[in-house]
Amino acid sequence: MTQSVTDTIRGLLAEHARLGVDVASLSDTDDLYGAGMTSHASVTVMLACEDEWDLEFPQQMLKKSTFASVANIRDALGELGVDDASVASA
Amino acid sequence: MGKPTMSVEDATALAHRIGREVAAIHAADVDVQARFPKETIDAFRAEELLGALIPTELGGLGHDLRTAAAVVRTVGRYCASSAMILAMHHIQVACLVRHGRSEKLRNYARRVAADQLLLASATTEIGIGGNTRSSTCFVERDGADGFTLTKQAPVISYGEYADAIFTTARRDVDSPPSDQVLAVCETPGVTLTPLTGWDTLGFRGTCSLGFTLEASGDAALILDDPFGDISAQTMLPTAHLLWSSLWLGLAEEASWRAQRFVQKAARKDPGTLPPGAIRLAALMVTRQEFAATVDSLMTRYLSIMDDPEATSAVDFMVAINTLKISASTEFVDVVNQAMLICGIQGYREDTEYSLGRILRDAHGAAVMVNNDRIAGNTAQLALMQREI
Repeated sequence: MTQSVTDTIRGLLAEHARLGVDVASLSDTDDLYGAGMTSHASVTVMLACEDEWDLEFPQQMLKKSTFASVANIRDALGELGVDDASVASA
Repeated sequence: MGKPTMSVEDATALAHRIGREVAAIHAADVDVQARFPKETIDAFRAEELLGALIPTELGGLGHDLRTAAAVVRTVGRYCASSAMILAMHHIQVACLVRHGRSEKLRNYARRVAADQLLLASATTEIGIGGNTRSSTCFVERDGADGFTLTKQAPVISYGEYADAIFTTARRDVDSPPSDQVLAVCETPGVTLTPLTGWDTLGFRGTCSLGFTLEASGDAALILDDPFGDISAQTMLPTAHLLWSSLWLGLAEEASWRAQRFVQKAARKDPGTLPPGAIRLAALMVTRQEFAATVDSLMTRYLSIMDDPEATSAVDFMVAINTLKISASTEFVDVVNQAMLICGIQGYREDTEYSLGRILRDAHGAAVMVNNDRIAGNTAQLALMQREI
């Protein structure tokens, strides 16, 4: 069974975001920076996403807001062609 | 911020006058005693320069950052500590006027200009390791309109002489370390208990002792924006630009001493190029690169300072970090070259070419916010930089 994009994002956040709280306690729209993610940690999350889906975020997506919530990361990935359908067919 | 009300040339001339008439007279004593340069700060107040970056509609001089930097750069040639205190004050003023939108904060800015209040800062904390973007201490609201906070600060420059200390802390007791605010702690409500002294190689007059700060204040004087935004949009770029301008001024002073030394030697033996002349030409390459870098980053920041997307873009953050590293490195480089040109006359402490104090000040540049920490941040940013 393939993991959903959201679940994979949550897994990467648990590993790399160094949040002050359990990622499971956050909703998809909760602010990750408010939950303790530093800008340094957000770079690590970005790199982990790039490795996971073998892609490169373009310049215009490299801003704080792109990584501000699970939903924002999912939307950014969606723009780059990563969604549950594409992951399932891969 | 509109048009500057004073030209860079006029500001520079004013700074030379304060430098010659006041700062230079007390600089050696300030250095030897490691004492606060009260005379020069009073001279700034007499010219209302503590309100330089406050807009005219709030009673300030309405200078832009380039004009303020010109004053810092020029005063630095006479007394580095005085210029550094002015620079650090300006950094806090910039945060106040750009991130304090409430009527109470605007009124406070009016008071800074009218009463020529001196602003200090406590942005680092013992146990954090120099990272300004992380706090342990927190703001505690008292249920009414007040707040209290206690911070172990490894340095608070001129804390004992300031009218307010701008202090970073977590937003409240439950906030993560990165969720910070910047609180104006007016010194009547502040108790400072010294933790460490300030007996240093250079910048001895900044009196940057470590303190336990215990503050109570008005919660309306906590700046409106999160400190992370204040830092990226204002504090960090303003600090790096003003510090670099100050270091440039000191490097120019060292460079001019070397140049006068060579000119004097040339007069003694007209027609023969003095031994230091070729080294002087090499020094001028470094000096010109240094000045051009500071100027180009100033222009770049002034053009984007009101665009938060642009100031938080990777390219700009890399550039503004790199400015601090290059300026602090070139500062030492210029003074070292000047020392070789002036020779024993520069090495002696009692000649018009003496470079001892500038050399000691120069080594402060790389360690105040350590270059290795900044290089680490830059390396991290480089991981996400893209070719355009």
